[in-house]
Amino acid sequence: MDLNMNVDAPHSMGTTIIGVTYNGGVVLGADSRTSTGMYVANRASDKITQLTDNVYVCRSGSAADSQIVSDYVRYFLHQHTIQLGQPATVKVAANLIRLLSYSNKNMLQTGLIVGGWDKYEGGKIYGVPLGGTLVEQPFTIGGSGSSYLYGFFDQAWKEGMTKDEAEQLVVKAVSLAIARDGASGGVVRTVIINSEGVTRNFYPGDKLPLWHEELEPQNSLLDILNAPSPEPMNI
Amino acid sequence: MSKAVVELPPKGGFNFDLCRRNEMLLKKGASPPSFRKTGTTIVGLIYQEGVILGADTRATAGSIVCDKNCEKIHYMAPNIYCCGAGTAADTEAVTDMVSSQLQLHRYHTSRESRVATALTLLKSHLFNYQGYVQAALVLGGVDVTGPHLHMIYPHGSTDALPFATMGSGSLAAMAVFESKYCEGLNKEEGINLVCEAICAGIFNDLGSGSNVDICVITKGHKEYLRNYRVPNTRAHFSSKEFTFPKKTEVLLTKIVPLREKIEVTEDGDAMEE
Repeated sequence: MDLNMNVDAPHSMGTTIIGVTYNGGVVLGADSRTSTGMYVANRASDKITQLTDNVYVCRSGSAADSQIVSDYVRYFLHQHTIQLGQPATVKVAANLIRLLSYSNKNMLQTGLIVGGWDKYEGGKIYGVPLGGTLVEQPFTIGGSGSSYLYGFFDQAWKEGMTKDEAEQLVVKAVSLAIARDGASGGVVRTVIINSEGVTRNFYPGDKLPLWHEELEPQNSLLDILNAPSPEPMNI
Repeated sequence: MSKAVVELPPKGGFNFDLCRRNEMLLKKGASPPSFRKTGTTIVGLIYQEGVILGADTRATAGSIVCDKNCEKIHYMAPNIYCCGAGTAADTEAVTDMVSSQLQLHRYHTSRESRVATALTLLKSHLFNYQGYVQAALVLGGVDVTGPHLHMIYPHGSTDALPFATMGSGSLAAMAVFESKYCEGLNKEEGINLVCEAICAGIFNDLGSGSNVDICVITKGHKEYLRNYRVPNTRAHFSSKEFTFPKKTEVLLTKIVPLREKIEVTEDGDAMEE
């Protein structure tokens, strides 16, 4: 059995990241686990980073690559805001991310979800997966934990949710992915962006709902064995 | 009957399968194999008044300890220190380089250096070299914005945490931190906790050893406690002095000290054009 935990492996964020639009803004959600090989290097990392006051990005994949890309885009957006004279739009932020990801596709390994609110288009979510395509979607998921959520979102997603519904959906989805994906874990962080501003929320492990094998066993053999002697069956 | 072999994915954690075999071998008189040592234990934590950094002092070259008391806590700025794990040449070079850049920046801006500046300089250098500069660092300091503690990985990613460990002994040290760390520790508690964490690395990790170095940084003040704890003093000294073989005739004894002491006097003629 291979005992090598490989603590020298590059830092990667196994991750589950989600971006969802609702009636009036967007909700971004992520787990908080960063791993090097099999070791959890940071169990409380913040994968939702700020690009401007009204645009945030969820990072997944290589930690170094995603941090550098978001640092560069934050810098470009700052210059752009000064030149433009008003807050940058979500579309511009997403396109800058896309330009960097696509031009350096051979060297970068990072999937990003850009979400924000601006006065022209309202709340928007853009996905920039590996390879550097740019796709505008009403909701999008990314990271290794997202594999377990495609079916869930097909069933649970609806147009025109309220802010609280959208946030509950995101928290539920991330906690489902954490339950199934080994590379996701820790706490659930959400960021809600709308015309009023930005709200950051934090859901520690004990506040999350439990799923399948985490729940108490019901009607299992353990209960029967531990129970007092059963009544004999009557024919 | 077909044999179904299920390929299990590699698991973390300790595998106890061979313990019974090892016990049996010991009873039969076989000697256990010697250990191969690589690595370091470096830690940092944020306490009430600032930051405390800690490190072990063993440097290894393959399976040999080449320096029993090296310094792994590097100076970056009067208010910023950096512990380095990984290739010693890389950590020395990269911290020296960024320390010079920070000094130039201080001259340029006439201000105390900030931890975020050191962080950005280090992370962009390491990212540019795509992980080939094998330096894993724990950067800590106190500046105008408050106390900061960061972990920097060889590929250029960074994390900001209230307590951090790096190096081959990081798992042992992290176990100590996770069980005993809380916010708002005072200086004595903080130093004791850092010492315990490094000792956990020294005694349980095959790659760390020798002594504990500690550096305490607070607003406007720093304390570099070199060899704060020395838990591995040499226990056995030979009682016999050096003697030549019996039939040797000693003709001459001359003792030359390895280092000459040079006195520098301040007064002297100034240089004249």
